[in-house]
Amino acid sequence: MVLLSLAYHSLKNRVLTTTLTVFSIGLSIALLIGVENVRVGARESFANTISQTDLIVGARGGSLQLLLYSVFRIGAATNNITYQTYEHWKNHPAVAWTIPYSLGDSHRGFRVVGTDENFYTHYRYRRDRSITFETGRLPQDVFEVALGSDVARTLGYKTGDKVVITHGVAAAGGRGILDHGDKPFTVSGVLAKTATPVDRSLYIQLEGISAVHIDWTDGAPPLPGEEVPAAKITKQSMKVDQITSFLLRSKSRIDTLRLQREISTYTEEPLQAIIPGLTLQELWRTIGYAEDALTVVTFFVIIVGLLGMLVSLYTSLNERRREMAILRAIGAGPFKIISLLVLESFLLSVAGCVLGVGLVYGLSAAFQPIIEQHFGLYIPIQPPTMTGWIYLGAVAVAGLIIGFIPAWKAYRNTLSDGLSVRL
Amino acid sequence: MSEAPSAIRLTDLHFSYGKGPEILNIPSFEVKAGEKVFLFGPSGSGKTTLLGVLAGVLGGYTGQVEVLGRDVAKLSGSQRDAFRGSHLGYIFQLFNLIPYLSVMENITLPCRLSAERRGRLNGTPMEQAAHAVAKRLGIDELLGKRVTNLSVGQQQRVAAARSLLGTPELIIADEPTSSLDYDHREKFLELLFESCKAAESTLLFVSHDRSLMHLFDRQLSLPEINKAGA
Repeated sequence: MVLLSLAYHSLKNRVLTTTLTVFSIGLSIALLIGVENVRVGARESFANTISQTDLIVGARGGSLQLLLYSVFRIGAATNNITYQTYEHWKNHPAVAWTIPYSLGDSHRGFRVVGTDENFYTHYRYRRDRSITFETGRLPQDVFEVALGSDVARTLGYKTGDKVVITHGVAAAGGRGILDHGDKPFTVSGVLAKTATPVDRSLYIQLEGISAVHIDWTDGAPPLPGEEVPAAKITKQSMKVDQITSFLLRSKSRIDTLRLQREISTYTEEPLQAIIPGLTLQELWRTIGYAEDALTVVTFFVIIVGLLGMLVSLYTSLNERRREMAILRAIGAGPFKIISLLVLESFLLSVAGCVLGVGLVYGLSAAFQPIIEQHFGLYIPIQPPTMTGWIYLGAVAVAGLIIGFIPAWKAYRNTLSDGLSVRL
Repeated sequence: MSEAPSAIRLTDLHFSYGKGPEILNIPSFEVKAGEKVFLFGPSGSGKTTLLGVLAGVLGGYTGQVEVLGRDVAKLSGSQRDAFRGSHLGYIFQLFNLIPYLSVMENITLPCRLSAERRGRLNGTPMEQAAHAVAKRLGIDELLGKRVTNLSVGQQQRVAAARSLLGTPELIIADEPTSSLDYDHREKFLELLFESCKAAESTLLFVSHDRSLMHLFDRQLSLPEINKAGA
């Protein structure tokens, strides 16, 4: 206890270097834990881009491709599935709900998704969040459209505006070659921000997709003058023939694997079903190597912080030779001298850890909403992860070990100085 | 005096730093318990080295060094440290105090480091004992202060108080007065003597300044007893 009090007073006496050292360690700790939290947050956000969906079902093809176009609105499906097939699975006794997606059209670079009410009722992201409306309501008429929040913000649309859908997917901001110009849509509402790909799409009814293509034959628009006028089209008169994919929730998680197998072996039509969580993980592994690079960098920052502490302790030793001689004279043995310096170094690194953790949580709490808003990255505020604790422990232990270097030097000094100190 | 036990007894002491020249060669030197001995010699005559040997900080000598009846060479390193902390008081020439501790903390530090020395307070609380010693030395007003705010004279008195607390049998003072002016020196010595007498401590006082030597029981010239280099 005497040593602890000595170490404390000694550090307090050198308040400037102590503060600077604690800050440099604290900042590097904050960086390390911060990066770790962002990593976890990024992975979590990514894994929870879509939640509570047990299976994604589409025409047979690559599983990654199915995930990309169904969840991230990237790429396109090679094949559609018939509505009959969809209805078969929709009414399957093991299925709780389904959300159909009909893809292929776009508006100024944003994908248009044909879906039904189930999307607004059952779709979940980040574990349990559902789709809500910022303004307006969900599309009820064939020619109504709900906008993802990014779409509305980027294009400056609001409820009541007219939107013309393009056949196929045009580059962002570009105009498609074939517009469904004869059948404009009215914005019925804007979705609240989700910070997921949901924000970057427009949502219409399945019948709306049928409606814009009603008079098309073989992928080509009708000749001028032969179009079916929009006024003649009602929701009831529209028949949905096919969809692109659908999300599925089984009644019990135990059924999921059985259902997946059943869907994959469906004889009426070649289908595939993927478990989004697994495929997301697969995808994350391919893009996640960047996080390792980040971790390596933060480790170097920690090393620099600890070296700073070593330098400050080591350089203080010369001016402390006197102090060591006094301690020796009043009966402190070499062991106590070494302990004192190791203790100081340990205290510095522990204080740095505490400051760093404080900084991380302070900053996280302050900026969490802003980061979520702007980057779609939800950084969880939770006690340090196992990895976080290991990092903290490692830094404290490293501080302890590094303390032996100046301690050894001080010990050598006291041996050569004895009780005399040349000043 | 001759019937009193000896506080320090050196026999045939030889010491050199590493393979360097011999610094100390003292055939015989004795200080009786309760004596106030003035040891003088010019700089470089081996004063500080001798004190290092006596305090058990410097090892590697030949011959016999007995301090308070104990053969220092037979003690292990940590035993020597404990022995020094518990039985010896040491006053330096200058900068005796740990700068980041208060006056009180400086005075009580040896007692806090050594349980044995704390035991010698006979149950008196440390702070109370420190206060008594400080009062005798006239520095009880300063106890709460930071040592960096003290004058040199005050610092030396604090150092004396520290060396005296816990009534160590032997006080070693290495030119404690050389940074004081003449009036303060005499005053300091008077206080030191009084305190040593109260604590029944032996005092070995080393200096090159002989103007104070008449105040001591016995005066010794280190060059006379040290045959090294002769």
